[in-house]
Amino acid sequence: MSDLLLVVENLVKYFPIRVGFFRRQIGEVRAVEGASFDIKSGEIFGLVGESGSGKSTVGKTIVRIYKPTRGTIQFKGRNVTKLTKENLRFFKKEAQMVFQDPKSSLNPRRSVKSTLEDPLIVHKIAQNGRDRKRIVGDLLRMVELSPNYMYKYPSALSGGQRQRVAIARALAVNPSFIVLDEPTSALDVSVQAKIIRLLQQLQKGLHLSYLFISHDLSLMRTIASRTAVMYVGRIYELAQTEELFVSPLHPYTRTLISAVPVISKEERRVKPAKQSRGGEIPSPVNPPNGCAFHPRCSLADRICSQQLPDLMEVMPGHFVRCHHVSLNMPSAKGRGSRLVESTEGNKKN
Amino acid sequence: MGDQYMLEIRNLHVHFRVYEGVSRVLDGVFLHVGKGERVGLAGETGCGKTVTMKTVMGILKIPPAIIPHGEVFLNGRDVLRMSSKELLQIKGTEISMIFQDPMNALNPVFTIGEQLYDVIRFAQRHPDNGENLSKKEIHDRAIAVLEEVRLPDPERIMNNYSLELSGGMRQRVLIAMALVNEPSFLIADEPGTALDVTIQAQILGLLSELVRTKGISILLITHNLGVIQETMERVYIMYAGQVVEIAPTSVLFENPKHPYSQGLFASVPHLTGGEIAEGIPGTVPDYTAAPSGCRFHPRCDYAMPICSQKKPPLIMLKPAHYVACHLYTEQGVQNE
Repeated sequence: MSDLLLVVENLVKYFPIRVGFFRRQIGEVRAVEGASFDIKSGEIFGLVGESGSGKSTVGKTIVRIYKPTRGTIQFKGRNVTKLTKENLRFFKKEAQMVFQDPKSSLNPRRSVKSTLEDPLIVHKIAQNGRDRKRIVGDLLRMVELSPNYMYKYPSALSGGQRQRVAIARALAVNPSFIVLDEPTSALDVSVQAKIIRLLQQLQKGLHLSYLFISHDLSLMRTIASRTAVMYVGRIYELAQTEELFVSPLHPYTRTLISAVPVISKEERRVKPAKQSRGGEIPSPVNPPNGCAFHPRCSLADRICSQQLPDLMEVMPGHFVRCHHVSLNMPSAKGRGSRLVESTEGNKKN
Repeated sequence: MGDQYMLEIRNLHVHFRVYEGVSRVLDGVFLHVGKGERVGLAGETGCGKTVTMKTVMGILKIPPAIIPHGEVFLNGRDVLRMSSKELLQIKGTEISMIFQDPMNALNPVFTIGEQLYDVIRFAQRHPDNGENLSKKEIHDRAIAVLEEVRLPDPERIMNNYSLELSGGMRQRVLIAMALVNEPSFLIADEPGTALDVTIQAQILGLLSELVRTKGISILLITHNLGVIQETMERVYIMYAGQVVEIAPTSVLFENPKHPYSQGLFASVPHLTGGEIAEGIPGTVPDYTAAPSGCRFHPRCDYAMPICSQKKPPLIMLKPAHYVACHLYTEQGVQNE
């Protein structure tokens, strides 16, 4: 299919745990254990999960900050998992990343101009100083900052302004795809609102695709067209965002949504009942057998602790990894009407 | 004076001497927490929430801080005029505090048990304290409080170091420490914000249940409006060192009146979806050159000439609903 920008298949990333002088490997952190999804051109794809679920590792592996342990990543039909150094440059020009904390992702000793010029030099976009200065000015204007900001240092900027610079840096190489790893979680809500709007405008204006990683479900509902829920290295549910929030099928998704602190009665009404007995996310060094959520799940029985359920498509475009998904399925009648709703949602997107 | 309230802050001004001059952080804060009341204090980064809390706890460093005006009463006693010895006796026994980051609030080189014993023994030194607990009784009390915060296997946790516990467990230990001496007033600074939502929900549920059953008054400081909505009875909204709106939670969340509160609420993404507003234009002011009058006026869509001239007083709109905005004062109305 031509409109698929990125196809991730069975992505696995383990980090070795090494000890002692000879760096003997004593185990591994199974950060990502087989994640598969695709991102369409011009789509905002959301990835939610708690800390330790592996969502950031997925993002970083896709832009090849980490080398995948197994699995393939196809970008515009090209397999980018096995690229040589020279070919990787093409991919890195297409795929960029914005990190969570702009305070640590910008070099405090370099001016905004110097930070933004770097990608232009590396990717040979502008060779002479005057061109670069012009482009840096344009980039700053794109993120709604005055070009005068190019002479400032990160310490002179507020959190929101720093994140704008980080976004400008990602845009410098004119990418088609950006991984946004919790781009607003270090910011206040009123600043977050402005950054989110900027990201939405840029996405429409430049026809970008985003992989939007966040732990904030309300935010995901606002920005993403499809959302995947990750837990201990695996995707447990994936659906159109609308559908995921209206009829979440996995007990973990339900627990997650029910835990969000909300501000209005309408929101409280749409919250599902939690299906969890409490407890915390297990360690990815030693994940539980079977379904990783079973120690916390109120629906769990024997099979859940023995066998990992497959990610199944239970409704068109709605994938769930749960043995007891039938218990959470809406009744046949309700299902019909919901499907109509969700197809309408698709058309809007 | 002020006996009917657990905490009463009157017209508190706190300034800091900095290189550039004087940073006027708190500009006349009024706040009170009734006995057994659950009150939330909300505002964004740099609005003075933490400075307010530190002043109440007497942990504000003076200098660089200066308190030119203001009074803080804790259960009728003036905190600002107390000797440090008197203050020390109140802290940890009558008034407790839960800090934001459970990692930094616990000492990594002592076991949880040792740190809990310390807190209990501290209360023993209080002159009014009649009881004299034996080692065994101290141990039992520590175990009991860990059970109260629903930590599994408290005997084992007593021998653990904070590094061996997860974030949620550490936060529970901190709550246990805050509650072990049965304080009548609790200040919680962003509890659970460092944690995941599912864990945060567990912690907040636990905290509000304990506070309710024990009749403890609580002041919860947070930037997360959702947290306040789910657990508190009354809310203060702060902006740039001024209290801009006070209301019962249900009233405020239905119908915020101050333009800043409105902007803040509109910025919050909803679980039901929909576009989020543009946020609030501009940024939080520099306190060394804070705007005159209402500090929000440079960012306010409804700003009038009077807003930069005169600080709006807190006016009562409905019983218990106060707002500090010229849109609702007589002068403001006349000006329009």
